[in-house]
Amino acid sequence: MDLIAQLEAEQVAALGKDIPDFKAGDTIRVGYKVTEGSRSRVQNYEGVCISRKNGSGIAGSFTVRKISFGEGVERVFPLHSTNIDSITVVRRGRVRRAKLYYLRSRRGKSARIAEDTTYKAKKA
Amino acid sequence: MRSGIIAKKVGMTRLFLEDGKQVPVTVLQLDGLQVTAQRTEEKDGYTAVQLGAGSAKVKRVSKAMRGHFAAAKVEPKRKLVEFRVPADGLIEVGAEISAEHFLEGQKVDVTGTSIGKGFAGAMKRWNFGGLRASHGVSISHRSHGSTGQCQDPGKVFKGKKMAGHMGAARVTTQNLEVVKTDADRGLIMIKGAVPGSKGGWVTVKDAVKKKAPEGLPYPAALKSAAAEEVSAEGGEA
Repeated sequence: MDLIAQLEAEQVAALGKDIPDFKAGDTIRVGYKVTEGSRSRVQNYEGVCISRKNGSGIAGSFTVRKISFGEGVERVFPLHSTNIDSITVVRRGRVRRAKLYYLRSRRGKSARIAEDTTYKAKKA
Repeated sequence: MRSGIIAKKVGMTRLFLEDGKQVPVTVLQLDGLQVTAQRTEEKDGYTAVQLGAGSAKVKRVSKAMRGHFAAAKVEPKRKLVEFRVPADGLIEVGAEISAEHFLEGQKVDVTGTSIGKGFAGAMKRWNFGGLRASHGVSISHRSHGSTGQCQDPGKVFKGKKMAGHMGAARVTTQNLEVVKTDADRGLIMIKGAVPGSKGGWVTVKDAVKKKAPEGLPYPAALKSAAAEEVSAEGGEA
């Protein structure tokens, strides 16, 4: 393992984030810390994960898309951000692509994702 | 002016801070950084320290350089650099410098050899706009265009920006912030990018355009003396 990979692994361990197993197509809820003035609270952002990038290392990120007041909203979160309070999987989706960018041009019925009822957690 | 250091560029990564900020950092490594010689007023007419870093195979070091390293009682080094210092800033020959030479949050200037780009056109080398994609432009879409006027002056002025060799030049990036130092492994993390390729040698100095912070180790933070320094620091400062 080269030095950079080692440093990144150490930082991931030091941050100690509990990241659930999720992939594109899953509906997830992200608790994001928001600081207003001096006090901070946790804001929930729930939507479909449409992409995961750069693996599960320190550079990893994921995109969550939701329809908010009839308008599509996408947010990109760094996987190991210290601002993320929690990530919870709400629903497992069955999809055949790694990136669900096609959802952007769809609305309503055609933008649905079938639920993966046979989901099995990966053995750690 | 304190002595600078020689470091090896390891690569880039990112750090997540407690307040949720991400900082892109370049990791520099101090690899057996030792003083190999001193230049003194009496002998050389100026004062400086010569530092060596890295390790070279003995059989690939010339006999003359082997003698030089033997005189300093250090292992053969890969890279030697001289840093001008005032007479009181000289460091003992053979002393090993640690990464705590720089404080977290201080600004530094980093010098390295930029990545070579070979023979580059005017668009890449000087950010020229090139010619149009259509409207009769033929073949010369990325050319530089006109290089001057007419019969008067009748020549291309010297220094005209044209295509040519780009990169592989000595480049200094000023006022970069030291985010973190790790003395055990000899690592310095600097915010942002640093000239040169991975594995290349760079020199790091205190920023010339910023005031040095209080409490910088002077003349240098040494490795062997690190344990003693803690007790002696009050007297030194």
